[in-house]
Amino acid sequence: MAKALVLVELKNGNAKKSSLESIHALVSQGVEVDAIAFGPEASANKDAVAKAVGGQGAKKLLKADSGDVKFYQPDIYAATIADAFKAGGYQILAGSASSLVKDLFPTLAVRLDAGLAPDCIAIKIEGAALSAKRPMLAGKYFATLKFKAFPAVVSLRPNVMPIGADSGQSAQIVETAPSGAARARTIEVSGGGSNARPDLSEAERIISAGRAIKEAANFKIIEECADVIGAAVGASRAAVDAGMAPHAMQVGQTGKTVNPNLYIACGISGAIQHLAGMKTSKVIVAINTDPEAPIFQKADYGAVGDLFAVVPELTKEFKKLLSAG
Amino acid sequence: MKIAVLVKQTPDTETKANLGAQGLETAGLKFILNPYDEFAVEEAIQLRDKLKGEAVVVSLGPDRVIDAMRTALAMGCDSGIHVKVSEDDLKKLDSFTVAKALAAALKQKGPFDLILAGKQAIDDDALAVPQMVAEFLEIPRATVVTKLEVAVDGKSAKARRAIEGGAEEVIEISFPGIIAAHKGINTPRYASLPGIMKAKQKKVDVLELSALGLSANDAKVTYEKFELPPEKAPGKIFKGTPQELAQQIVNSLRNEAKVI
Repeated sequence: MAKALVLVELKNGNAKKSSLESIHALVSQGVEVDAIAFGPEASANKDAVAKAVGGQGAKKLLKADSGDVKFYQPDIYAATIADAFKAGGYQILAGSASSLVKDLFPTLAVRLDAGLAPDCIAIKIEGAALSAKRPMLAGKYFATLKFKAFPAVVSLRPNVMPIGADSGQSAQIVETAPSGAARARTIEVSGGGSNARPDLSEAERIISAGRAIKEAANFKIIEECADVIGAAVGASRAAVDAGMAPHAMQVGQTGKTVNPNLYIACGISGAIQHLAGMKTSKVIVAINTDPEAPIFQKADYGAVGDLFAVVPELTKEFKKLLSAG
Repeated sequence: MKIAVLVKQTPDTETKANLGAQGLETAGLKFILNPYDEFAVEEAIQLRDKLKGEAVVVSLGPDRVIDAMRTALAMGCDSGIHVKVSEDDLKKLDSFTVAKALAAALKQKGPFDLILAGKQAIDDDALAVPQMVAEFLEIPRATVVTKLEVAVDGKSAKARRAIEGGAEEVIEISFPGIIAAHKGINTPRYASLPGIMKAKQKKVDVLELSALGLSANDAKVTYEKFELPPEKAPGKIFKGTPQELAQQIVNSLRNEAKVI
């Protein structure tokens, strides 16, 4: 049986759902999984984290929290994980394709002399053969890649694979000393904040606006709707290029690729590069004044109308529905 | 200061995927300089002008990648290094082997004080080669960099990098090091006509993959199967007053799609 180490990231002290998805994806294919978590948060809340990862089938929780891991330090994370990987006799390193993992895993692939499959939407393990499917050209097509040999380093796109039912088991906590020295050193983290809206790439619901929003201040009506349903707020490239929204909010081929359960596109015509970034959303709603807009071809539900009139009504209807339960 | 810029030639963002047995059909495709690499080229030129030295553009691929290199040369890079592989071999290569080849080329033609690259290529979106090159060269790196402040002595830098949820990290990096540039770091210039004329005369050294001790068979993963995403069935289009539209949407999301 293959053995995998899964990097578990924390948010507000708890294991992120996307990390648990990675554990379940491997455990459900008969892989023996241990988890590794970093930072002071992992210590403060270690029992809860051990329970969350154990509930998905992880046997051990390797916890590295002393030394220089208050912030994400790429070199120390890489050295610590590489050491644990080799010592534990693992064949697969996995994690959710977060911004941290996207930064870190290529370094680890080299350090472990392993192939890399980033941002995969499916993974299959049969004996010593691992194959994974990933989007190419921002989802315009998919490619299935096969590892010639273990070890394999794989990251899985958030919100694609399910988590399993909580088994009630807890993972055994193993203290792990961080190793290595920082070649580059993270000295500060700013912005974000725990009360912020969900991150676009991991959000389960997203509401986006295009250039039809006219100016940055008008995003208020989008935000009001987003807050009612707990959605992240996105923007089209046209809106970003026109200075109505920061690039961090851009959805599309030169922005973020997103994969929510619900994507509401307001005043977005549906340029090919925007569609590439959001078309794998499970349910797509489009609101646009132009009935010929290409976005309607990708939408499950389309409403021909002006976003300034429709979105406030939508906010009201969501409020009504959710307050009724 | 000697600066290298790693660039990739990618299909244009408006490309429609036309698939063959080996993946994307390249015949007839329109290629561009990877958009994120434009930021790296611009940053290299600005730093070269400020700190004096040279900016060398480096690319791996078949003969066609010379067009992307010429774009960088026309913008202002001084010379180029082309790591040459055939179109067929390129299809077999993975990030690991590409990075290993680039690292070997940089070692052979270096040493470089600073290596710049785009944070990701828009064709395979791996975000991997800059970090991998750094690891092969055992030097520090910072990725997704939106602001770079290089110290006056040109020996270190402070980089601001975008992470999740609109948050940012500040990372200190000493040179030699690798910076992977993100949108926001600068505004790339357009190549001027004199720049385009001059670019044709600039020197581009060619290195064969085999001369770096590597072959396409060294790849650790192989791409085997290619498919287009399934076509979606046409959806429902609602008409009516704004209130009616909102009610129909919410009703469908609750009772039919069951996502609210």
